[in-house]
Amino acid sequence: MKTMQTKLLMKFFIASEAIFFISLIISYIYYRHLSDVISITDNHLDATSTGIFTVFLLASSGTIWWGRRGLHQGKPKTLALGLAITIVLGAIFLYGQGREYAHLIQDDITIDRNIFGSAFFTLTGFHALHVLTGLVILCIILGLTLAGDYQGTDSAGVASAEIYWHFVDAVWIIVFTVIYLIPLL
Amino acid sequence: MNKLITIPEAEKGLPSVRTDLGLLQWISSVDHKQLGIMYLLTALLFFVAGGTEVMLMRIQLMVPNNTFLSPEAYNQLFTMHGTTMIFLVLMPTLIGLGVYMVPLMIGANDMAFPRLNAFSLWMTLFGGLILYFSFLDGGAPNAGWFNYVPLSNSNFSSSKGVDYYCIGLILTGIGTVTGALNFVVTILTMRAPGMKMTYMPIFVWMMLITAFLILGAFPALNAGLSMLLIDRQLHAHFFSPSSGSPILWQHLFWAFGHPEVYILALPPFGILSEVVPVFSRQPIFGYRFLVGSGIAIALLAFGVWAHHMFATGLGNPVNGFFALGSVLIGIPTGIKVFSWALTMYGGSIRFNTAMLFATSFIVEFTIGGLSGMSFALVPLDWQLTDTYYVVAHIHYVFLGGTLYSVFAGLFYWFPKITGRKLSEKLGRIFFGMFFVGFNLTFILQHILGVLGMTRRVYTYPDLPHFGALNMASSIGAFLMGASMLVLFWNIWTSLRKGEKAGDNPWNAWTLEWYTSSPPDPKNFEAVPPVRSARPLWDMKHPENPDWKHHH
Ligand SMILES: [Cu+2]
Repeated sequence: MKTMQTKLLMKFFIASEAIFFISLIISYIYYRHLSDVISITDNHLDATSTGIFTVFLLASSGTIWWGRRGLHQGKPKTLALGLAITIVLGAIFLYGQGREYAHLIQDDITIDRNIFGSAFFTLTGFHALHVLTGLVILCIILGLTLAGDYQGTDSAGVASAEIYWHFVDAVWIIVFTVIYLIPLL
Repeated sequence: MNKLITIPEAEKGLPSVRTDLGLLQWISSVDHKQLGIMYLLTALLFFVAGGTEVMLMRIQLMVPNNTFLSPEAYNQLFTMHGTTMIFLVLMPTLIGLGVYMVPLMIGANDMAFPRLNAFSLWMTLFGGLILYFSFLDGGAPNAGWFNYVPLSNSNFSSSKGVDYYCIGLILTGIGTVTGALNFVVTILTMRAPGMKMTYMPIFVWMMLITAFLILGAFPALNAGLSMLLIDRQLHAHFFSPSSGSPILWQHLFWAFGHPEVYILALPPFGILSEVVPVFSRQPIFGYRFLVGSGIAIALLAFGVWAHHMFATGLGNPVNGFFALGSVLIGIPTGIKVFSWALTMYGGSIRFNTAMLFATSFIVEFTIGGLSGMSFALVPLDWQLTDTYYVVAHIHYVFLGGTLYSVFAGLFYWFPKITGRKLSEKLGRIFFGMFFVGFNLTFILQHILGVLGMTRRVYTYPDLPHFGALNMASSIGAFLMGASMLVLFWNIWTSLRKGEKAGDNPWNAWTLEWYTSSPPDPKNFEAVPPVRSARPLWDMKHPENPDWKHHH
């Protein structure tokens, strides 16, 4: 019952969060159409490098699924390993974001420079904040796993953390498409 | 009732703040009844603040060219009055009633996530306190409750008020969203065995739909608030007229703001649908229509926001689309009015205070709905927008609608929450004063609006009728203010000496009346079988239960 309720809670929560991101994404697209600033500035973006780091984030969705499946089969060690790899992959993604930010700031593109900076850093920043939150949650769950908290085959915490992590991934696919891929077309 | 049963008094009520752990016990509580009461107290605290603000404004507006308030002070007061009443009074009141009543009405012992429930309450309270802290830190926000850019950009609003507005509303907004999540999961998973969705009390239905509206609407507001805060603090360009787009703020705000109207209207529809049948002694007429029209309203609510923006030059096709959608909302709303009217029709109506407010709601809310229709007609909107006609309209909806229903609900559920009835005598005096004061204040403002008096201006010139109408409007406001003192006195004395209520003083039919008044910390040991929307009727009338009829 509790697992079902917690999963339900997490699903409605991410539905609500999705609308938050949709608002930001629509704003980004709207600003793109409003002025040329975004299409002029976004050739400073490094789609290749960010694309590679995107693969790390996508892979982490697989590893967390694999870990949770391990718990289902009564193998908490698999869960711990899955979580650890997921955390590393998520951290690598955040490192990639940081690199991209550093490049842009070197090119003097900042949040207060123009509407591209405002929209880009706000949208990707809120996403990064969600990744960071996810990493904190995963670290806590990893700690609990290592402490032997998850003895059964199912856990509300693990299940809902997984849902949240997939959500963060899915949002990035859309953000990456809108910011990086569409300008390439 | 023809059969008199002595119902034993509840022995253990809620823990008093006078016992050893009193206040600490309340602060650390995760019990939905205590949290519900704390929500209502939070609303009361801010109601006193928001009410004081508007009384100062009505003093300023009593006579033309008055200098009682400076323009700067007036701007802060009308901004804080609107923001307070919507976000910190009406929202916590309705959510608080829901937090208290929903678990009882579905036969559950608590919300699905009690600690999250406490989190929601404290976020709401702290967000409000942070908003009010602005008074001590250079001045309150002063750009109106919908805080239009570019007025609220940092170059035009350089005090920190708008920053407090953004932060305060984001925090209460988080509390509201987590509260909504809790309602959804609670209602979907914790109903008593046998209680199908179609057996739920309509108030529970309306809280469920409202929760979905919150989950859909608040993220748009939070996105807008975040962007504005980033503009102000980090000098981004989102809402800058030269390099960004001020109109986007209006879209984001009203994409939240119009659903918000229904967030503040659907729970009242739910309260009406509990109070009207019980005091008409008839089952609700058209249960399925009431629920269906609630869902229809919620869906339409997301598609009409631009009717707040007809004056911004969106063009005729856009205006026409949103005008049509807005008129359509009149249909499901009308269905509800007919449902309540037909519930009363032929019933043996008890006109006590709760029912007086409930029936007046139907009249006042209809007036508010009709004045709202006049804004859906684009050319009329162009004439009336930003006048006192809008002020009159919004108050007919939020006072004549939401607040009337809250008072109906208060008189209806007070015995359940406290174990004692409110005084009917004082209640009728309160109703009379409030009813006269409310209509005096706001009927006249329609006329002022048509005459062209603009809202949000601290004073007005001595034009024909302006002085007299404003004076009468202020007198009405003071009458309403005085009526609130009668209500507070009623609550204060009834808590001590009010008539003991017993479990089910109104002979009502929903599960909250099955347990003691006030309920024990654990709401139910067992609940009667639920085979219809009126389980207590079925229990008392085994010869003629609802579930034998198809309806
Ligand atoms: Cu509206």
